[in-house]
Amino acid sequence: MAATSGLATIPVAASGTNWRRIGVAVAIAAALVLPWLVSDYRVFQFTLAGSYAVALLGLNLLTGYNGQISLGHGAFFAIGGYTAAILMHRLGVPYYLTILPAGAAAFIVGVLFGLPALRLENLYLALVTLSMAVATPQFLKYFDHWTGGSQGIVLRKPAAPTWLPIGNDKWLYYQMLVVLLIVFWAGSNLLAGRTGRALVALRDHPISATVMGINPVFYKTCAFGVSAMFTGIAGAMAAIATGFVAPDSFNVFLSISFLVGSVVGGIATVAGAVFGGFFIQFIPNLANDISDAAPWAIYGLFLLAFMYAMPTGIAGFIRTMAVRYAPKFRTAVGEQPTSQPGSHS
Amino acid sequence: MSAAVAQYVERHAPRAAAASAALLDVDGVTVRFGGIIALDGVSFTVGEGQIVGLIGPNGAGKTTAFNAISRLYRPSAGRITFDGTSLLDLPASAIAALGIGRSFQNLALFRSMSVLDNVIVGGHARGTSGFISDALRLPSARGEEATLRARAHAMLGFVGLDALAHRPITSLPFGTQKRVELARALASRPKLLLLDEPAGGLNHEEVAELGSLVRRVRDELGITVLLVEHHMSFVMGISDKVVALEFGRVIAEGTPAEVQADDKVISAYLGKAR
Repeated sequence: MAATSGLATIPVAASGTNWRRIGVAVAIAAALVLPWLVSDYRVFQFTLAGSYAVALLGLNLLTGYNGQISLGHGAFFAIGGYTAAILMHRLGVPYYLTILPAGAAAFIVGVLFGLPALRLENLYLALVTLSMAVATPQFLKYFDHWTGGSQGIVLRKPAAPTWLPIGNDKWLYYQMLVVLLIVFWAGSNLLAGRTGRALVALRDHPISATVMGINPVFYKTCAFGVSAMFTGIAGAMAAIATGFVAPDSFNVFLSISFLVGSVVGGIATVAGAVFGGFFIQFIPNLANDISDAAPWAIYGLFLLAFMYAMPTGIAGFIRTMAVRYAPKFRTAVGEQPTSQPGSHS
Repeated sequence: MSAAVAQYVERHAPRAAAASAALLDVDGVTVRFGGIIALDGVSFTVGEGQIVGLIGPNGAGKTTAFNAISRLYRPSAGRITFDGTSLLDLPASAIAALGIGRSFQNLALFRSMSVLDNVIVGGHARGTSGFISDALRLPSARGEEATLRARAHAMLGFVGLDALAHRPITSLPFGTQKRVELARALASRPKLLLLDEPAGGLNHEEVAELGSLVRRVRDELGITVLLVEHHMSFVMGISDKVVALEFGRVIAEGTPAEVQADDKVISAYLGKAR
C-alpha cells in the first residue's frame, strides 16, 4: 500500500533534483569560462565575490537555517583574514596552508560565542553579535604587535607558477573557486542531511525538536561554530586575494552587508549565498558608477527594488519561477492541482 | 542504599507485582509552577502492550503529566521510571532515544518542511550521523539517511498519507496534520507513544478512524500507548485502563467501566450532588 502510493511521487521528486543538478552544472561551467571573458580587475572582483559567497553560506547556515540572527559575522571574517595574514607574514606559512587554520580559529571563537548565545533570542542575540562587530576594529588595533595596528598587514600576492600560461589574478581566481566549491559541497551536504534538518527543526519549533531527540545546546553551539568557520575561511580567501588586511575594512558595515547579502540572495538557501556575494561585491560599485555624489542613496534604491521584486530573495525568486514555468518541478516541490485550505495559489 | 530500596518496596507493596511488569512507572510526581501545584503526588503505571487513557477536567494536570514524562517540566518530587531507567536524570532531548515518542495537544510540526521531512526528523533519535559525516557524505551517513527515509515512508503509509509525502506541511488540513504528527512520533520506533488529545478538533468520522489507527499502533507495531483525551466515548472505547485526574491528583484508576462508575469521577465531571 505504502509502496504503490509512494511510487507516484518519487520520480517527480527526482526530476526536481535533476533541475538543481543542471543549475549547478551550468553555474560551474560559467564560473570556469568567466575569467577569459572579463578584464583582470573584474576577475579579482569575482574572486572577492566568491569569498563573500562563502561567508554568506556560513551566515545562512546560522541565521537562515538555524534562526540565530548574527549582526557580527564581519568579526569571524576578520578572524579568518588575520589568521591567514599573520601565518603568512609572521610565520612564513604558504598561503594555501592558511585557509584551514583560519577556519579552525574562527570555529573556536564561534563555539565560544555560541555558548552564551544559547540563552539569547532574536533581537537580543542580534544586539550582542552587533557588539562583536563594533569591537572588532579596535581589538585588531590594540594587539598591534601581531596585527600591525591601524596600518594592517601587507601580503605578497601569490603568483601563478611559471609553467602555467595564465595571469596571477586568474590563477588566484581558480584556486579560490576550488575552495568555494569544496565549502559549498560540504555545506549543502550538511544542510541536506540529518544535521541540516535538525537545525531547521530547532528554528521552526524548538520544543518539538527537543522532544524528537535533537539536543539544542549541541546543535546551536555547533551551528555557531561551523557558521563562523565558513566565514573565517572566507576571510582568509579575501585576505589572500586582496593581499592586505587592515582593521577598518572589518567594520560594522561589513557585518551588516553580510546580513543584507544573505537576505537579498535568499536566506535559508545555499544558492542565495552566491547571489548575495555578487550583490555585496558589485552593487556598491554599480551605485558608484551611476552617481558619484550619492552612491549610497542609489545602493538603497537597489536594495528596495530587490526586496520589492523578490521578497524571498533571488534564490527564492528563481524557485518561484521554476515552480510556475517548469511543470515537472511543480509536482516535485508539492504544488498539486488539488486545492487545500491555506495553500497559496 | 538497600534501606532505601526496602523502604520503596514496602511503600509500594500492594503494587509491587504490577510494577515489575510496568513499562512506565510514574511515582509520587509533584510539579509546581510558582505557588500553584499542577501535579500533586501523582502515581500510575502503564503496562507493556496496554492502551491507557488519562482523563480529567480542564486543568486537572494531564498535559503537565505528559510534559513531566517528556522532561519538558522538572518535577519537584517523585520519580518516573521507563523500562528500568529513571527519566528525571535525563535531559528532554535524551527521552526519544529511550523509546518514548509523543504528539502535542496543539500541532507542533515543523512549518517550513515537507510532510516527509517532518517525519524524517521524527526518526532523529535513531540516527547517529554528525556534522562531519553529513558534510562529507560518508557512506555511514548515506546509509542512515536511506534507513530514516524508508522508515518515514513506511510510517506515512501506516497512517495512510504516503501520497502526500512531498507536500508542504502547511498545505494540509488540521486533521491530516495530526496524522502526520502521529507518523512523526512513530518514526522514532518508540516503545511507548504519548498522544496528547489525538481526537481534539477531529470530526466524527475522523475520530472513528483514529480509534482503529491507535489500536493498529498497539497490535501491529507492538507499541504501548498512553493518551490524554477529552472525547469520552473514544477514550473509554479504546483503553484497557483509565486513570482519572482532578486538581493534579489521581482520583480513580481502573478499567473504563470501573472509572465510569466511580463516584469521584462522576462528581468531578458533573459537579457534586448536594
